[in-house]
Amino acid sequence: MSEITHDTLAGSAEDGQRLQFHETTEHHPETGTLLGFWIYLMSDCLIFASLFATYGVLGRAYAHGPTGQELFDLPLVAMNTTLLLLSSITYGFAMLRMQMGKLGGVMVWLAITGLLGAGFLGLELYEFHHLITEDAGPGRSAFLSSFFALVGTHGLHVLFGIVWLVTLLFQLKKHGLIAENRRRLFCLSMFWHFLDVVWIGVFTFVYLMGVLP
Amino acid sequence: MSELDLTKLIFGRLSWESIPLHDPILIGTFIMVAIGGTAVFGFITYKKAWGYLWHEWFTSIDHKKIGIMYMVLGLVMLLRGFADAIMMRIQQAWAFGGSEGYLPPEHYDQIFTAHGVIMIFFVAMPLITGVMNYVVPLQIGARDVAFPFLNNFSFWMTTAGAVLVMVSLFIGEFAKTGWLAYPPLSGIIKSPGVGVDYYIWALQIAGVGTLLSGVNLLVTIVKMRAPGMSLMRMPVFTWTALCTNVLIVAAFPVLTAVLALLALDRYADFAFFTTDLGGNVMMYINLIWIWGHPEVYILILPAFGIFSEVVSTFSRKRLFGYASMVYATVVITVLSYLVWLHHFFTMGSGPTVNSFFGITTMIISIPTGAKVFNWLFTMYRGRIEFDVPMLWTVGFIITFVIGGMTGVLLAVPPADFVLHNSLFLVAHFHNVIIGGVLFGLFAGITYWYPKAFGYKLDPFWGKMSFWFWTIGFYFAFMPLYVLGLMGVTRRMNKFDDPSLQIWFVIAAFGAILIAIGIASFLIQLYVSYRRRDELRDDSGDPWHGRTLEWSTSSPPPYYNFAFTPRVHDLDAWWQMKEHGYQRPTSGFLPIHMPKNTGAGIILAGISTVLGFALIWHMWLLAGVSFFALLAVAIGHTFNYDRDYHIPADEVAGIEAERTRMLANHV
Repeated sequence: MSEITHDTLAGSAEDGQRLQFHETTEHHPETGTLLGFWIYLMSDCLIFASLFATYGVLGRAYAHGPTGQELFDLPLVAMNTTLLLLSSITYGFAMLRMQMGKLGGVMVWLAITGLLGAGFLGLELYEFHHLITEDAGPGRSAFLSSFFALVGTHGLHVLFGIVWLVTLLFQLKKHGLIAENRRRLFCLSMFWHFLDVVWIGVFTFVYLMGVLP
Repeated sequence: MSELDLTKLIFGRLSWESIPLHDPILIGTFIMVAIGGTAVFGFITYKKAWGYLWHEWFTSIDHKKIGIMYMVLGLVMLLRGFADAIMMRIQQAWAFGGSEGYLPPEHYDQIFTAHGVIMIFFVAMPLITGVMNYVVPLQIGARDVAFPFLNNFSFWMTTAGAVLVMVSLFIGEFAKTGWLAYPPLSGIIKSPGVGVDYYIWALQIAGVGTLLSGVNLLVTIVKMRAPGMSLMRMPVFTWTALCTNVLIVAAFPVLTAVLALLALDRYADFAFFTTDLGGNVMMYINLIWIWGHPEVYILILPAFGIFSEVVSTFSRKRLFGYASMVYATVVITVLSYLVWLHHFFTMGSGPTVNSFFGITTMIISIPTGAKVFNWLFTMYRGRIEFDVPMLWTVGFIITFVIGGMTGVLLAVPPADFVLHNSLFLVAHFHNVIIGGVLFGLFAGITYWYPKAFGYKLDPFWGKMSFWFWTIGFYFAFMPLYVLGLMGVTRRMNKFDDPSLQIWFVIAAFGAILIAIGIASFLIQLYVSYRRRDELRDDSGDPWHGRTLEWSTSSPPPYYNFAFTPRVHDLDAWWQMKEHGYQRPTSGFLPIHMPKNTGAGIILAGISTVLGFALIWHMWLLAGVSFFALLAVAIGHTFNYDRDYHIPADEVAGIEAERTRMLANHV
């Protein structure tokens, strides 16, 4: 290996101290699940960003059809928002119970969270149904297309969250608060709160600003 | 009547007319594929290898095996993509002076669309992902990626997308819209067939795989580096992989969203990209290029990383300007989001907006230029050895600089008004993708092949491949620059002006040279396998490498490193060699590893069926496969038994074998 002497590798070689080049014990890197899930959420956030951008561009393209001002029923949306925000709080209670190690409490609060989420979805479906029967379905105008795409994508996420939540209830019942389940609870927690944050954007940007003239 | 409805429910739009029996080219291809496929299946069955493939490969969560499977997928699809290319070259060299050539427009349009889609999504992406998958964990001293199951799943989802594109060849048709499927052409009125639907669902399914593999590698690099490997001690290839995966995670969701919007327009009468009802086609063009421009950097950055590794290894020098290389990579990563509009200067954004995007585009050439100088200065006064990877690197530097300069020409909006949509553009992006990405991949494959298989690739056939590819490239694409400057537009299946023909004939000749280059590469794989005992490398470090992947055996054991390395320097393995590092031969510990699982391939298989059902409007099958997908996915989460320990004795046995090999070597 004579060419090494020509190498410009600096300093440390001449130190003479013996460097340790491997770990002698089992090395466990930190688990990356929460980071990975967080990154996934950010990528999901970009899907919503694209849909928000689309709504931003097309949100006033009524094509002589109904406008947001005519269609949006703010009290209904307020109730909807309340349900979803409450469900975030109840999810927080579930996490507090998890920290205390109380399985029963976790499951009760999770179930309440799921019910609130289902209530939210129910109201959203009611709203969609109402719009479609009023001839304000997604095919009516670009405004309504972008409205249904954005709000519907959020709704699909909530539905997915509920399916996940129910699955997790079974898994909690089966295995209790083991490390894997705690990790899953954390992930679902991030997912659920993320949907809340997105909804605040939807509520403000689509509904509140949508009823402005 | 109700019977008819039932048929429609089950078969949707699919009928016997969907099989292109009238087209002799497709029938010929189908017969060849059928014979080839039967031969492969027969061979595997004859060798009783199905069990082996299933247990050791298809269900494997080992990042090395998944990496190799990505490479196989990419190379197989390269043959398909190249078959499309040479068909186009022959058609364009032929269809002059009233001759129609042999490809009618509706077939030709499918070919150029499929060529672009396949080459980007199912050749370049799998090859790049495969190299990253194989090399990154080894370079950072990790035992696997952060989410090994997800890795397997990602691979199979990518394969599922490729399968759908291949199916479109024989059942139905592919899109005739160009590789980005701009509406309104890709809308339901102008493209009522299944072609665009194949396009949408193939990309959506493969996109799931790409996104998840991006998240996976990102977390792997952030969380699983060996102790002591700070960010600025990461090998450059790992740095470029990090940036590429950031781009993947930040760009692919936009593609997912915009294709979903197109699908809603086509399937559910939404009005995003219609010209009536207030839709806006430019929304599509903007969104798809907000994904599309970062995509080209997703492909080129790892290639830059490969060249950086190769150039420092074969110059026997530390990489010149490591820090500037890292910053250049990061700057390119950021800038890649600020240039998308240069893909449609002519679509009415106005001079102010065009100027902004023209300038940001030109700025990208600065960090890229810095990289070129870094490679040159690394070679300067180095002890350069012109092994095959180094040949690809030198070929790259020259070719890519030409491509980069024509890119700067196109970045000038007034020039772009003249050159847009011409063969000049086609020549430019082939110049950077072939000269950059593909040359980089060939350099990387030749460089890391001995690591993966324990023997080097045969250098003679490697050089043949290099020279035929390089010379073929110049013959094939320099004429297109000339034609583009003369104003010849792209995507034409015949021409009137006979004076143009000679340039197309030269280009077709170039394509034939490239075909020989590809054949040489395949022969190289075969010859090297036959000569594997002569080409064998027992040391694990055939090129006198500098980074950690060369510190383990070739091929590495499935746990990669018996003991996790501790890093003190950028060129960690070089420093270890310099310090006369002795690899430990005792004191082995049990190693914690993930278990194989078949969930990935099953989920991807169901996704393929779901995609096919959605393409053909087979609503019953779509529903059934959707719920099957959900059930299998949920079922998989009930599996808590996902890891095991390799006993210390087994590790000791494998490592003792390595000790024997090293003794042989010296």
